[in-house]
Amino acid sequence: MNTFLRVMTASAVMAMAGLVGQVMAATELVVVSWGGAYTASQQNAYHAPYMKRNSGIKIINDDSAGSAVAKLRAMSQAGNTTWDLVDAVASDAMMLCDEGLVDEIDHNRVLASAPDGTSATDDFGDFIVSPCFIPQIVYSTTFGYRKDKVSRPMTSVCDVFDLVNFPGKRSLEKKPINNMEWALICDGVAPAKVYDVLGTDAGVTRALAKLDTIKSNVVWWTAGAQTPQLLADGEVIVGSTYNGRLFALIEEQKQPVAMLWDWQVFDLDGWVVPSGGKNKAEVMKYLRFATDTQRLADQAKFISYGPTRASSAPLVGKHASLGIEMAPHMPTDPENAKTTLLFNYEFWADNRDDLDAKFNAWLLK
Amino acid sequence: MEQSPDKNILVTADGIPLKTSLARAQRRSKFVAFMMVFPLLFFIMIGFIVPIVDMLFLSIDNSIVNRILPNTVESLKNWDPYANELPDEAVYASMVDDIKKAKKAREHTKIGTRLNYESSGFASLFRKAGRKVQKIDKPPYKEALIKTDKRWADIYTWQVIKQNSSDLTDGYYLAAFDFTRKFTNGKVEPLPEKDSIYIKLFFRTLLLSTLITFLTFVIGFPVSYMLANVPTRISNILIIFVLLPFWTSLLVRTTSWIALLQQEGVINDFLILIGIISEDGRLAMIHNATGTVIAMTHILLPFMILPLFSVMKTIPKSYLRAAISLGAHPWVAFWRIYFPNTGPGIGAGSILVFILAIGYYITPALVGGSSGTFISNRIAYHISNSLNWGLGSSIGVILLVIVLFLFILYDRIIGIKNMKLG
Repeated sequence: MNTFLRVMTASAVMAMAGLVGQVMAATELVVVSWGGAYTASQQNAYHAPYMKRNSGIKIINDDSAGSAVAKLRAMSQAGNTTWDLVDAVASDAMMLCDEGLVDEIDHNRVLASAPDGTSATDDFGDFIVSPCFIPQIVYSTTFGYRKDKVSRPMTSVCDVFDLVNFPGKRSLEKKPINNMEWALICDGVAPAKVYDVLGTDAGVTRALAKLDTIKSNVVWWTAGAQTPQLLADGEVIVGSTYNGRLFALIEEQKQPVAMLWDWQVFDLDGWVVPSGGKNKAEVMKYLRFATDTQRLADQAKFISYGPTRASSAPLVGKHASLGIEMAPHMPTDPENAKTTLLFNYEFWADNRDDLDAKFNAWLLK
Repeated sequence: MEQSPDKNILVTADGIPLKTSLARAQRRSKFVAFMMVFPLLFFIMIGFIVPIVDMLFLSIDNSIVNRILPNTVESLKNWDPYANELPDEAVYASMVDDIKKAKKAREHTKIGTRLNYESSGFASLFRKAGRKVQKIDKPPYKEALIKTDKRWADIYTWQVIKQNSSDLTDGYYLAAFDFTRKFTNGKVEPLPEKDSIYIKLFFRTLLLSTLITFLTFVIGFPVSYMLANVPTRISNILIIFVLLPFWTSLLVRTTSWIALLQQEGVINDFLILIGIISEDGRLAMIHNATGTVIAMTHILLPFMILPLFSVMKTIPKSYLRAAISLGAHPWVAFWRIYFPNTGPGIGAGSILVFILAIGYYITPALVGGSSGTFISNRIAYHISNSLNWGLGSSIGVILLVIVLFLFILYDRIIGIKNMKLG
């Protein structure tokens, strides 16, 4: 019995040592993202293939991107940053960059060029909104409409403001952002001039006057899930929300809804590298792989958000489980992206407080 | 017990005056009593008093300007904001120095965010300055800073900084009362009617909360009366139906109202089915004030029924019988004898419902549209969305003062000791 025990203990200790040795050999990268379907898409498109090629790397998912700003602040104060890479929306990335909590990146040095040799900065283009930010996906705020409740397909965002040809309720987000831009464009302001006009009092009055024309027919939403529900219930004939939500409504729930991409507003999500991270050399190698043309295109197989590289768009394939072509559902698809706005971070950082007050005062009238 | 030399003082066996001995014993029992309530007291301090004091402080705190721009604030002291000329080189030099230090501490955007609440544009002004200021290393600082952004050559920029440089600010309260300060002359003016928000929202909140309280009373009173007057066996079962909503998530209850009330919803469909309204005449009962009132009346109903029920339970049935046997009409007996006895329950229920109602924000946000949202929706917005905690706090403080005022008014008119929760 004693001998048996001794043998067992010895073998257990040896097994443990072996296990520890294996773990020690692998470098662990803690990657923080949003969890759910989004992290799953990253796991499938980036993490799994990378770990397959680099046996010494183990990527650990942490789903706390929602509170990343606060946690990075706390980690930096405590002097112990345990995260290696963080997924952040562009506005948070800019704030983190301002506060020095994430590193500035030399995009052309760190990131791969496009297959045809275009440099990373040219391939990502305007989407590099901050020196710390490595763009990953584009999502957009755009419209979906009930095909069965309109006399002809809606093709222009101005159809939302047209109560004569498209009577019925609309749902819009209960904040000035995006609504003011659309109102001005439909009031005849040249799209390139929208923010110049919106920066003046007269421009604000003009945008609100345009919104006034449909005010009594608007259902205001505050959560992204509301518009899909309102469309499904037939409460509204057209409504704005995030494109991924509309994709789920149309392709997964098979509702009679179609997309109205005209003047969709792009917003971005991407990587930032925490300043105090301990495995920066490994993180840079990973980033080079995970943000190359093929990998960004691969992610679109798992979720309906568009790749931020121009060179990725032609490579987008079929949805992994639904088996449908994903390209036509991408906000960045050339067919959908004929007219777009990129969320103007600088303008809204300056004017959000003021315009929000005016917008809410207008709502109360 | 012995007589002491001084015959008037009673002493205990060991010669200590009885008074002292008694005080000692009482001190001990007071201490024990205090220790027993201490956990609760401690909890109230941490969970209630401290946050409220903190909120009061946040609504006037402006120390950030002095902390991040100390030299500028100091050198601006001698500058007259209304003399129509730009500050001198010394002020620009200290601003450059302050921004350099702030940039190093990564705080230059915080000052921009703070001043942006007062006047649009400061967020980008300071972000830009933070990017470019490191390159400025020699005088003239004035020219160099203006080169980074021409707004530094605008007297208005300096007027805003100067007038927001004290450690305390009334700016948040001015905003919360729909006033604005003109920085060009320092005068405080009311906002034009079309731009006012908060006063309207305060009135709407009070008005709708009063209506909701009244409706819960109208609906809750007969229910409570029935519950109090049926055999206990039945009332125990019925009370479950009153409590059932309590055990259901608030969000579920609110969303069910959406399904019922919306234009393509159950109630509209039913009304069309029985021919009361036509297909084009579907009623808009949600995403407006009606929706808020209906959903909140339902959600707050138990808070009216329970105190009413427990008070009615204690009214002896013999009172009514006595009144009727002495010749009162049953209605008169009810109105003159029974109803006044329910007063403490009505008081408790009304206060409970009213105070809960004016602080509600989830239900109004989901079903209120634009005409049925409350002031608390703005507080929630400023706390969790715009992150303008100063303004959120000042609205919160005003709401707190209104509640306290109404509570005192209630005490004066009806008397708080007449309130009975059961």
